[in-house]
Amino acid sequence: MKLAVLAGTPGSGKTSVLIHAARSLKRDGLRPAVVKIDCLWTEDDKRFHRLGVPVAVGLAKDMCPDHYSIYNVDEMLDWARSQKADLLLNETAGLCLRCAPYPDKCLAVCVIDVTTGPNAPLKVGPLLTTADVAVITKGDMVSQAEREVFRERILEANPGCRIVEANGLTGKGAAELAELIRGGPEVGDDMLLRHNPPLAICTLCTGELRVSKEHHRGVLRHLDGFMEYFGE
Amino acid sequence: MKTDRACTLTIIGGFDKDGNPDLVERLEMHRGEVIGIVGPTGSGKSSLIADIEQFALGDTPSGRKILIDGCEPRAEIRSDPRKKLIAQLSQNMHFLADMSVDEFLRMHAKSRGRSPEVAERVIELANTLTGEPVRHDHHLTILSGGQSRALMTADIAVISDSPIVLIDEIENAGIKKKEALELLAGEGKIVVVVTHDPMLALMTSRRVVMKNGGMVRVIETSAEEQKVCEDLTRVDDWLMDLRETIRRGEVVEAAI
Repeated sequence: MKLAVLAGTPGSGKTSVLIHAARSLKRDGLRPAVVKIDCLWTEDDKRFHRLGVPVAVGLAKDMCPDHYSIYNVDEMLDWARSQKADLLLNETAGLCLRCAPYPDKCLAVCVIDVTTGPNAPLKVGPLLTTADVAVITKGDMVSQAEREVFRERILEANPGCRIVEANGLTGKGAAELAELIRGGPEVGDDMLLRHNPPLAICTLCTGELRVSKEHHRGVLRHLDGFMEYFGE
Repeated sequence: MKTDRACTLTIIGGFDKDGNPDLVERLEMHRGEVIGIVGPTGSGKSSLIADIEQFALGDTPSGRKILIDGCEPRAEIRSDPRKKLIAQLSQNMHFLADMSVDEFLRMHAKSRGRSPEVAERVIELANTLTGEPVRHDHHLTILSGGQSRALMTADIAVISDSPIVLIDEIENAGIKKKEALELLAGEGKIVVVVTHDPMLALMTSRRVVMKNGGMVRVIETSAEEQKVCEDLTRVDDWLMDLRETIRRGEVVEAAI
């Protein structure tokens, strides 16, 4: 069983890219299964259904969607095995840019949209810097020069990554991505995350509604960067 | 200028939108040639350009294949801009990058493995193509359509410097199109230009006619068409002069 984890900001084109890649994998005689993680709502499973690919949806609801995605990896893999799949494609919701939901033994794919501008690759953090593959989408909306500048910025953030230029509308790049997914590592037991999740939880994580800092406990960072601990 | 690179670009025909084979089964283009692509909107001109740009290997909707010197290009040539054989001037000329002209050109030079000093030269050349001067400290996002096209044309001539140049409809943005085409076609490149513009279409040596997604015919530019092109050039120069006169706030004095 191989695992590919697709992360990227909302609207970057993860689902469209993945649909074309899944079609390409099917055409090559493989049996991909898809788990789509989202926060509150999704209809993307219907798009995968139309391809004839087994698809399951996980909604994180009031949990952090990346954390939810991470601790459910084993359940997802068991489900994929039950579907007689040989590849699991996990599309994450990927929101806060602080977590990177990639286990060590997967193909980590970061989907990033060129219209977010050449500074975006520097803002994305571990989602991009720990990825094996960066998929650039919406390249048809800018000039070749701007695409190349964007690409250079991605390589500044993650010098070792493979870059795939994809188009979710035409399917450009899907065959190349499918090839990389096929060549990814076998999953293992006791997988580790590539990057540590955020340092500490704060009172907001456990449901505090009041805004003022005096109501919060744990390790808190001030605007100027100073960190202090409040509590027992 | 590197001269040891591609000499022949071959398009192996695929299929039109209804799955019928391209009537043009094979098309070869050589160094120094300017080839046109013509046809109504939606006839597949931009798709043909896209096939060439990504070196299609039967993996695009048209099923066409692109060969360089008779062979399928290697994967790294398909993706790494430092090795890229193709420069493309597309219809999408609105910059989204929030940075200055100079900063952008320097970064683009870096991505193509060129010295950042070439930025000055790009701006100089761009200003020969447009009546509205581009300055190095201009922000990209405020450039007009004409300025953007002029800048990207100069960028392709100086920074991208690839042996194959693809141009998608440069006529609509108020730049000196004949000079732009000559600048891009310089030094033995293969130039493919999508156009509705009679002057640009007749400046080519051959033009591919597209219909319903397929390549249906190749027309050689006749001696008579070349003569028409000369007349059109005179008309176009006159139009450019008039445009500048009016832009300067002056009164137009004489008919042709």
